[in-house]
Amino acid sequence: MSAVLTNPPSPPAIESPGLWTLAWRRLRQDTVGMVSLVVVAFFLMMMASSYFGIVAKDWAREKGVSYANPSFLAGAENLEAQAMAKKVAESKVPPVDLSDIDPLAPRYKEWEERAAKIAVTEVKRAESLPLGGDKWGRDVLQKVVKGSEVSIFVGITAALFATALGTMLGAAAGYWGGWVNDFLEWFYNVFTSIPYILLILAFAAVAAATGKFGKGILPIVLILGLTGWTGPYRLIRAEYIKHGNREYVKAAQAIGASNFSRMFVHILPNVSHVALVQLSQHTVQFIKAEVILSFLGFGVPVDMVSWGTMLAEAQNELVIGKWWQLFAAGAAMAILVTAFSLLTDSLRDALDPKLK
Amino acid sequence: MTEPNQDLLLQVRDLDVRFRVDRKHEPFRAVKGISFDIPRNSTVALVGESGSGKSVSAMSILGLLPENAIVAPTSRAIYHAAGGAAAGRDLLKADLAEMQALRGKDISVIFQEPMTSLNPVFTVGEQIAESLRLHMGMTGKQAEARVIELLTEVGIPDPQLRANSYPHEMSGGQQQRVMIAMAIACEPKLLIADEPTTALDVTIQKQILDLIASLQEKHQMSVLFITHDLGVVGDIADYVVVMQNGEIQEQGSVRQIFERPQHPYTKALLACRPRLDRRPKRLPVIDDFMKGDGHPHLEERSRGLSPEDPIILEVKGLNKTFFLKEGLFGKRAVPAVKDVSFKLPKGKTLGLVGESGSGKTTVGLTLMRLHDATSGEVLFEGRDLLKLTEREMMAYRRRIQIIFQNPYASLNPRFTVGQILMEPMKIHGIGKDQAERVDMAFQLLKRVGMTEQSFYKYPHEFSGGQRQRIAIARCLTMKPDVLICDESVSALDVSVQAQVLNLLQDLQDEYQMSYIFISHDLAVVKYISDEIMVMNNGAIIEVADSDEIYRAPREEYTRKLLSSIPKGLEHAADLAS
Repeated sequence: MSAVLTNPPSPPAIESPGLWTLAWRRLRQDTVGMVSLVVVAFFLMMMASSYFGIVAKDWAREKGVSYANPSFLAGAENLEAQAMAKKVAESKVPPVDLSDIDPLAPRYKEWEERAAKIAVTEVKRAESLPLGGDKWGRDVLQKVVKGSEVSIFVGITAALFATALGTMLGAAAGYWGGWVNDFLEWFYNVFTSIPYILLILAFAAVAAATGKFGKGILPIVLILGLTGWTGPYRLIRAEYIKHGNREYVKAAQAIGASNFSRMFVHILPNVSHVALVQLSQHTVQFIKAEVILSFLGFGVPVDMVSWGTMLAEAQNELVIGKWWQLFAAGAAMAILVTAFSLLTDSLRDALDPKLK
Repeated sequence: MTEPNQDLLLQVRDLDVRFRVDRKHEPFRAVKGISFDIPRNSTVALVGESGSGKSVSAMSILGLLPENAIVAPTSRAIYHAAGGAAAGRDLLKADLAEMQALRGKDISVIFQEPMTSLNPVFTVGEQIAESLRLHMGMTGKQAEARVIELLTEVGIPDPQLRANSYPHEMSGGQQQRVMIAMAIACEPKLLIADEPTTALDVTIQKQILDLIASLQEKHQMSVLFITHDLGVVGDIADYVVVMQNGEIQEQGSVRQIFERPQHPYTKALLACRPRLDRRPKRLPVIDDFMKGDGHPHLEERSRGLSPEDPIILEVKGLNKTFFLKEGLFGKRAVPAVKDVSFKLPKGKTLGLVGESGSGKTTVGLTLMRLHDATSGEVLFEGRDLLKLTEREMMAYRRRIQIIFQNPYASLNPRFTVGQILMEPMKIHGIGKDQAERVDMAFQLLKRVGMTEQSFYKYPHEFSGGQRQRIAIARCLTMKPDVLICDESVSALDVSVQAQVLNLLQDLQDEYQMSYIFISHDLAVVKYISDEIMVMNNGAIIEVADSDEIYRAPREEYTRKLLSSIPKGLEHAADLAS
């Protein structure tokens, strides 16, 4: 910059914006990308605030009648709630007088007096809830919010884990070739020859039996990550084989760039779009896989809620015409998954300097 | 020439093509209202640099423009199928069905890259037969017979056998012949050849040019020949149209253009190609003609070696054998470089000439240890580079550098030019801190004739010539002693080629670098080299001073290479300057 220009003055040099600054600028131009970003950010915030107990803290409280109607269907007939109410009412009918043969009969009076001292407030159960209630009258909206904690966390972390693992292995196989490639290919072939569900169940059984990974979410993330790396591996390996012979990589070798630098500084940004697409696809796939695992009983414990367990519950409810739990979990999932796919799409475009 | 004429096949009038870039920018005007004629039974050459709009003009005739193209309503391309004004049809307003009937039958095209133009999953026979069945209504048997006939006509040996080959089983030249056979299959009236020889070796180029010329004469068709190299059209064209920036600068008969060029741009195009009989200190470039007095200084430079030149690099008995897998456990040895030995003196240029597959690129890559040599020694100031460990080699990496052929592929598309230039400095610890490196990068950019602004841009924002300058600047960051130029100017337009060659020459004068200049183009090698090695099938068959090899080639193969260089302009360029 110190050079004095005598020729026609060139426009003043702008300070170099980095790759990420440029990417952000390009992303801001992209309406679809920005909307998706806002949606994804909203879901992440929802997840975080539920984790810290700001919202949906009392999701497990039974605040509505059984299968309370969604508030926009407030007037609809609720046979389940009526049946339930009838049962409760029946239980309050005084029992048949057996005092002549009941040995405890003389004490009834005393007990009733004692019981009268304890104030029992009958909670008035709501007839309708914003998005309806489940069998026990829990608020479906709160369940969705609470469930996002497990589902999003599992989906995104497991997808990140699987993609990272697949990318590392794929890069190694594609870049080095030779026996590294032969070994990984052999391993891949053996691994993929096992049916997917069986594989997941095997991992789940091991995780449950050893108990080393604790209970709850962590084993699910590990199971999905360790079984899901094959897709990214295959694609990234192919990209590395292709790019490994490109002249820009040869040029990097000629100036003395190390193998690590060539693999991850030079080639990786050029194949990152493949990894990003895989990431978004796997996020979707893993949110759904968590459903399967939960359904099969290898998923989250019973005292937790996830979109997967909600969908599993919804199967029985649909038969009796209660669709709102399915709708709420399904819609939340669909919106997040669509926004996430569109966001990774836009991100890929934004990170590619060739596309303006 | 504007009157409708019995002898005209196609009249292009006020052709104006724009491309929508995006909503914010005005459409980019690629062709700015040009008019030219294609007479019957003649060859018209459309000459210009990349981006001059020559291919766009030709493709608009066929209606093969991309979707974002806008052809102005006043543009016309009147096609006289039967002769006379009455038969004229405006191709630009024809509907799709009409165009589809014309394409391949009346007007056909040959593209630049035969490899990508042929479908790899069909045999060449099937591909030629397809258009025969489609347009000529032939049955399978008839088409088969005609395919053999066509392949014979375009000079493919064993046509019966070759009709059943797949494209990858053929060489580039043969593939281009197949493309030509496909193009002439339906006896078109107009053949559009879009840079048909640019991707080919110089000897193959000559054969293809001869073939197109003879077919043109035999079939009485017209040829629209698109090229960036005015040199190649000298032998085959009847008329020449010179385009620059979407405008026609000059048009006329080939004699007129070559002997009395009027426009300075035409003069420049004629003069900028290196010639075998002269060697100016600097090659004339377009700007010399467009801005200067029109007369570049043509002081001669003398070349050659003297025995007292210090030797910087010596190669002894270099061998490189590739092993192809065959069957389950088998291996087949393919020798790529056979017993190559040479010496490279300091500050001189060694030219390495040969056709594709001769092993010249492998020599370059092996010297840099980008390939492992099978045997031999590469002595750099007395140390054998091939025996060094990777760590020891690092010290030598910066002293011996390479510039690749394809400037589009050799720069990482995800790096800014600044990052590209500073990476080698960081690796080798050149410059004490970031600020100093940035400063050095700016100076180098200036040295290779780029603006400071380039520092912040990405490679795709530059043209081929500019990218090659960036690649050169990257090598210069390390101040190498030896620079290997592997076909470094072959992918560039002739006019840009001259600029890059001048730059390389200036840098050699300034830094006393030694070059190993690898190319298939003997004229370029002759211009820049002090000594020339001719390679064929992995072996060096002739080594001599560059003037001597031109004056008295000893080997038959060298003579063949020399005779393939287009001669159309030697005489004309003298007149121009």
